[in-house]
Parts: sequence; structure tokens; C-alpha cells
Amino acid sequence: MALEEEEYFESGHRACAGCGLALGARLAMKATGEDAIATCSTGCLEVVSSPYPESSWEIPWIHSLFENSAALGSGIEAGLKAQGNDHTKVVAQGGDGGTVDIGIRSLSGMLERNHDVTYVCYDNEAYMNTGIQRSGSTPYDASTTTSPPGTESYGNENRKKDALEIAAAHGISYVASASIAFPSDLVDKVKKANEINGATYVQIHTPCPTGWGYEGKETIEIARLAVETGLWVLYGKKDGEIQNINKLNDRKPVEEYLKKQKRFKHLFKKEDGSKELEKIQNIADRNAEKFSLDK
Amino acid sequence: MKRENREVMEGSHAVAHAVKNCSPDVIAAYPITPQTHIVEKLSQFVADGELKSEYLKVESEFSAMSACVGASATGTRTFTATSSQGLILMDEVLYNASGLRLPIVMVVANRAVGAPINIWNDHSDSMGVRDSGWIQLYAESNQEVLDMAIQSYKIAENDDVRLPAMVCMDGFILTHTYEPVSIPTKEEVSDFLPEFDPEHKLDPEDPKSFGTVGFPGDFMEFKYQQHEAMQNAKEVIPEVFKEYSEKMGREYNGLIEEYKTEDADVILISLGSVIGTLKDTVDDLRNEGEKVGLIKVRVFRPFPEKQLIDAIEGARAVGVLDKNISLGNKGALYSELLDSLYNSDITPLTINFIAGLGGRDIPESSAKKMYEKTKDVAERGYVEDEIKFVDLKEA
Repeated sequence: MALEEEEYFESGHRACAGCGLALGARLAMKATGEDAIATCSTGCLEVVSSPYPESSWEIPWIHSLFENSAALGSGIEAGLKAQGNDHTKVVAQGGDGGTVDIGIRSLSGMLERNHDVTYVCYDNEAYMNTGIQRSGSTPYDASTTTSPPGTESYGNENRKKDALEIAAAHGISYVASASIAFPSDLVDKVKKANEINGATYVQIHTPCPTGWGYEGKETIEIARLAVETGLWVLYGKKDGEIQNINKLNDRKPVEEYLKKQKRFKHLFKKEDGSKELEKIQNIADRNAEKFSLDK
Repeated sequence: MKRENREVMEGSHAVAHAVKNCSPDVIAAYPITPQTHIVEKLSQFVADGELKSEYLKVESEFSAMSACVGASATGTRTFTATSSQGLILMDEVLYNASGLRLPIVMVVANRAVGAPINIWNDHSDSMGVRDSGWIQLYAESNQEVLDMAIQSYKIAENDDVRLPAMVCMDGFILTHTYEPVSIPTKEEVSDFLPEFDPEHKLDPEDPKSFGTVGFPGDFMEFKYQQHEAMQNAKEVIPEVFKEYSEKMGREYNGLIEEYKTEDADVILISLGSVIGTLKDTVDDLRNEGEKVGLIKVRVFRPFPEKQLIDAIEGARAVGVLDKNISLGNKGALYSELLDSLYNSDITPLTINFIAGLGGRDIPESSAKKMYEKTKDVAERGYVEDEIKFVDLKEA
């Protein structure tokens, strides 16, 4: 794999050891290159990378608010156009909360107006920066500080919101899912998104050792297991056609992924936890069916 | 004075013409009554090729201001307009725009804030965001609002200021009213307003980070600098007015305008379009031999504390008309005037009139009652009923 040597998201930032988001941002920026402007929603990425007067960003970068990364990107793209600049890329970045929950209005507007902006969502499946609260992207049964298991609860009671389908429904020409465990695929997808003249959406699965409850050295393994169990499907959708599905030779049972994380450990302790594990297996099975994942 | 070439048009269209001649690079807007005619007219200019702007038809006022933040950070001139609920939806972004020191110009067509829902004029919307770090100007007439739009870019983009500016025009009373106006040509505007070329911008040739985290060790200095910029604006604004007056031939003399205040025992103070009614009232009362004067507050942020104290000096009583109220306290202009008076050398009696909320008309007869009440305060030597709602219906 030939990755660009140059770093645009520099080391020295304050992310936790083993942070999936930091790796995702580093790879997405390598895929983007130096002729670019990046926005960033409020959240871990902004906090760890920009403690005034320091900054990890080697490209022009702007953080404004939690829920306006896409609108900010729209304005930047318009500003560049007004100056006759047709080469500088605009990458709007957000976490899952800033993207699929509080920022979905401005994301929808940006996608519908088809601005030449690549939107990158770093999906660590909860509000990590505020202390691991549940988001619309939190998976079923995951324990967070606002979806704790208890006598009346198995954890998060809702399914994970399918933001990729929501983005695709805007009729934009490219959406893709990616994972930090598959860096070459991730870089290819962000590059492809950047090359397209119009709005694109890439959602990167970025495990979080602090929020999910595992050791930092296991980040890549956990990310890979999410894909290998079919709980996170890698695909691209170009002009409405699903392509580049990462087919699985021997799809693993979801337990292999879940048992490594404290956020699911209650499922293995509770008496009737196996019923819940079955439900999660069903989610993976449905994904496998929808995307014909099994070889 | 040069000869003015005037035409009759709606206030919204007049301000749209003025904005067009400032050549904003990016406009982002969302419809809300009574602001819509401004951005509709600008849309038509773009559609007809008379204005070369990127025009974003965004999905909310929140995104309108967010897009202006992004565009302004790339070093381009931006414009938006809104009213009432829309302004409040932008609130979070307003603080951000000023904190990022982006000279965005916005026209606010002032409208009441619900509930009950009400589309008519008062100042609850813009007064509610007076702490957001924006310069605020209030226009008396359509001529003034279009001139202020042009002046605002020059004020906001000044290196010693670099703050966003809000031009407030009364909804319907100005936006939908036809008046004769003189619109500076594009050439005249260009001669007055240089191209926007900020030192700091999002530029791959010179990468910079905007909107970084301000820890307790640095945050206060950022806020101090914004406050300092507001103080600088008190100097810059009159200079800009002066230059504008010289170039365009219309007199703009300062943060406040005094009207027949010199020997006045009683002074009325307000802002916005009601000033016209109050001027007529003062004229009538003067004809009847009353020693009454008027102060128009043209610039509310930065607050013209010193100018107001100087202008009030000598008056026995002051009546302040607010088209807003901080419920449980007082009107905004009145409160801030009291702030200013406390450490000054003058101690006039003061009374606050809350009037015109939600578009209730303020006729000259009501203005005369306000004068009578203020004069009564002056003669008695004390205030009985400090906060007075004007023209309330009998229960």
C-alpha cells in the first residue's frame, strides 16, 4: 500500500492512545492532500487537535460549532467559487453525533444543494467527548452513560441510524462506508469522493477504546471484527449502484466482536442475554443478506 | 451638497440595491417574513446577471449564518438577512461569527418574537441578541437603512474593528413601505468601500487554524480583544459616517443624533422608525412652546454612553421609548441608559415607555402622552410608575 508520506493531521495531538478517530482523520487527510480546506464539528477531533495556540492541522482548518460542519463547508465552497478557485478541495468533518443527530439538517442541506464538498463522518458510535452518551449512531444494546443496562434495560434500545442510506437518498453521486482496519480502502474511498465534483459522503467506523471499553492496542482488531462479523459493511454507492462490497469468506459470529468490548459485556452476564445476542446476530445476518456479504 | 437622483421604492428593495452595489461574493439566506423581499430582490439580481454572487438557498437561518461564517473565513464579502425567530435560530452562530472576528453584514427586519406568534414589528429579536458581539445600527428611514448597509461593510471590515454588523430596520414599517431614496451607484460605492482583503483567511498557500479551543488561560484575552474592538468601533463609526457624508452628500453625524435638545427640559429617547413620529411630535410641541427635545440612538452596539450623557445634560427628565422589554425588568435601551447614568455627573429623572410591541401602532397622540407623562415627572420631581406600558387596553 502506497500512502502519501506527508502528514496533514500531525502527531502531537491529545487523543487517547489507540484512538480510532485520530487514525481515521490522519488517513482521510492523507487522501485529501495539501490543496484543501477542512472543517470540523465540535467534539473529540476539535478538542484534541486545536488547543490554542497549538494545532495539528497542516491544511487550513476551521471549527465553528457542533452542528454546522456541513453548512460551514457549503459556505467555504461558495467562497472559493466566488474567488474563481476550482481546485481546492473542501472536506467537512464531524463525529457521529454532530453528523447523524444534531447536524443532520445542515448535512441534508449541503447534500441536497450538491456542494462540491466531501463530508467525512467519524463514527465512534456515541458522544465520546461529553462522556460516552448514546447517539443515533449507537448500536443496539450498547451500554453508554445514558443507555446503561439495568434490571429493565439491555442497554441502547434503538437500532443504529443508517446515515449512509439517508445521505444516498439525496441523490448525491457517491457515498461510502470505510474502516480504519482497512486503510487502503479508506484512502481510496476518500480520494474517490474528493475527485467527484459534487457532494459526497464517507462514514468511517472508528472504534474508541475509552468509550467501548477495550485496550488501545486492540483498536484495529476490533474495527476489523466489526467488518468480519457483518455489523459494519464496507461498500461504496456510485450513482445509486452499490459497488466494492467487501465480501466475507467466513463471516464470524457477532459474539467474537461483542465480547471484546465492555459496552456489551452485560449481554454475556445477564441470564437472558443470549436472546439479545441473537437479535444482534440477526442484524448482521440481515446486513449479509442485503449486501450479499457471504461468498 | 450634490444633487440627489431619487426614486420611489420599497424599503426592502432599496436595501437590496445598496447591498448589490457592495458586491457581496456570497449570499446565504432563508425566507422569513418580513425580511423576504430583501433576499428575493437579491435573487432576481443574481438571476438577471446584475449581481455576480454565489447565492446559497440554505435550509435554515442557522445554516445561512453558518455558511456566511465559512465563506467569510475564506476572505470573501458575505451578506444575509433575517427576522425574529430566524435571528434566534441563528443565535449560536452569531456568537461564533463575532468570536471568529468575521465581518459579516446582516440586515434584520425587526419583528416580534412569539408566543403568541406575531409577524409585526418590535425590537425583541435584535435586542435579545445584543450580547452576541455584533455591531448594531438602527435605521429611521429607508434612506438610512440603505446607507447603513454600505457603511456597515466599511465599519465591520476595518482592521481595528473586524466584527460582524447588524443593520436593523423595522419590519413592514420600513421593509414594506415605499419612500423616495437615493441609491449610490456601484462606482460611488466602490470609491467608498475598498475590496475586502483580510489578513487572516482559509488559504492552502498559508494554512491557519480557525476556531481552536480557548482554555481558561487564553479565553479572557479573546473576549477582551472583542470588547476592545467594540471600543475602537466607537471611533471608527463616526469616521466612516463622515467620509460617507462627504462622498454621498447625506449627513451622518454620529452614534446618536440630537434633535432640538439644546435647551430642552424634557428629552425623549428611542431608536428605529418611530423616530420619525417623535420628530413630528417634538415639532408640534415646540410650536406650542414646550421645551422638548429628542435623541435618536443610531448605534446601539457599541453603546454610545458618553454621547448620551453629553446630550442629556441639562434636561430635568428623560423618557425612553422601548419597543421591547426584558420581562421582569425593563426595556433594553432604558436599562442601558440607566447603566450609563449611574457613574455620570448628571441625575435626570427617568421613565421607561414600553410601546409598539408586536406591531401596535404608535401614533403621535401616544407620543404626546409619553411627553406629558415625562413632563409630569419633571414637574413633580419624582417617578411614580417607572415602567409604563403605553396604550394597553382596559381590562
